[in-house]
Amino acid sequence: MNWHEVAEYIEDPVIRDNALDFYKNKGGAPAYGLNTNPGMWYQDIGGRIPHDSDRRETVEESDGERNLVLIRRALESIGIDYMVVFPTAMLHVGMHPQLDMEVVLSRAFNRWLVDHILKADDRLKSMLYLPFSNPEASIKMVEEFAGEPGVIGFMVTSVRNQPVQANPYMKLYATLQERGLPIAFHSGYYWQEPVLTQFSRFVGMHTVGFVLWNIVHLVNWVLHGIPERFPRLKVIWIESGLAWVPFMIQRLDHEYLLRTSEAPALKRLPSEYIREMFFSAQPLEKYSLNALEFTFKMINAESQLLYASDWPHQDFDLPSTIYDLPFLSEGAKRNILGGNALKLFNLDNPKGK
Amino acid sequence: MIGKPKAEEPGVPELYVGNEAEFDEGGRKVIDHAGLEIGVFRIKGRFFAYENHCAHQGGPVCQGRIFKRVEEDLAPDGTSAGFKYSADRVHIVCPWHGYEYDLETGALPTNGKVRLRTFEVTIRGGDVYVAL
Repeated sequence: MNWHEVAEYIEDPVIRDNALDFYKNKGGAPAYGLNTNPGMWYQDIGGRIPHDSDRRETVEESDGERNLVLIRRALESIGIDYMVVFPTAMLHVGMHPQLDMEVVLSRAFNRWLVDHILKADDRLKSMLYLPFSNPEASIKMVEEFAGEPGVIGFMVTSVRNQPVQANPYMKLYATLQERGLPIAFHSGYYWQEPVLTQFSRFVGMHTVGFVLWNIVHLVNWVLHGIPERFPRLKVIWIESGLAWVPFMIQRLDHEYLLRTSEAPALKRLPSEYIREMFFSAQPLEKYSLNALEFTFKMINAESQLLYASDWPHQDFDLPSTIYDLPFLSEGAKRNILGGNALKLFNLDNPKGK
Repeated sequence: MIGKPKAEEPGVPELYVGNEAEFDEGGRKVIDHAGLEIGVFRIKGRFFAYENHCAHQGGPVCQGRIFKRVEEDLAPDGTSAGFKYSADRVHIVCPWHGYEYDLETGALPTNGKVRLRTFEVTIRGGDVYVAL
């Protein structure tokens, strides 16, 4: 991502000038305005995964905009008809110490994304970043950007400490439901979170950190009856894999039945709501195929699971991670690899498929 | 190119890889024969050959970076002094996702059942051949 181009899209003239000057004059500069996360230093396992260290693919000037060239190469080499793009660099902005910066940066990023990526190729889609720390700005974002080319929903970056059941968010959920646009929670890790600072190795922090935030938000989403309040609002849980979901189903049903008076908005078991949610498959934990098969049954994978590549990150999955699973029917494979997403996002069936 | 069948095993085709002198210690060569890619490595003076196909998701493992195995530096009292490199085990790391294989066994160090497809290597007259 060319973060210096995003800086040009910052609307606040003072912050924009500060950002541009930062790029002009500061050597070895990181992305302006973003809060950093030390985990990013370790994703490539000390250089063992070179594509995570740096994208060094050659792009000639005559090929066009580098981002587009790389995305199109990925589409073609992985064999994907539609790609939903997400902003890696912004996955930690929900923890930004300057609350206003989330609005500033998300507006800049979304405007840049529509102009440079989504308008350029109708195979490219995105669920746009919501500045969730500011519910009013989030609603404004939906009102302003719903209907822009390639916008198929909106996304909350999960790494944050803002409870999803807070009343100011209800208008946001209603706005999305009214427009038939799904909301996604894109997980991430944040090593500075106090409980995670006990991990001295990336692998431990990543194992726990990448599910922690989605666990918290999903529990609140269910126990506060958001699915009862907005029954037509589709919710997607992204990039936490799947192994945590059977754990949460068992745990929530157990706890709920002991304390139903604390969750009076529910009319069904937590598991019944969870089975109507959508999950992206990556990174697919498949070391035990028996456990994975059971997981697929628990989440109604045939209709609720969405293949995700996460290319070009260190734990990306190819379509073969789904296609090669021995316990899936051909129909289930087709649904997970595309059919479920076509229906969820109301996309046209790709030609000839 | 395909070499002559080995005299002692008639009918087993071989691939000519190159001359022994082309391999430095820790060096490698990845060859392609009709779509079958094989990586040949020289480790401690011995040759090893594996299919360039990671057991995880099919990545080009033989083109990955080579590292000494990382070990935990544990004292007899159970305390850890952090990381250290193995004095003698060498790993190759799949560049797609980081699966690490011991280059002398072709297997994951913590699960010998997960291994790379192995090919027999023969040296004749200073030339290196892989049996298909």
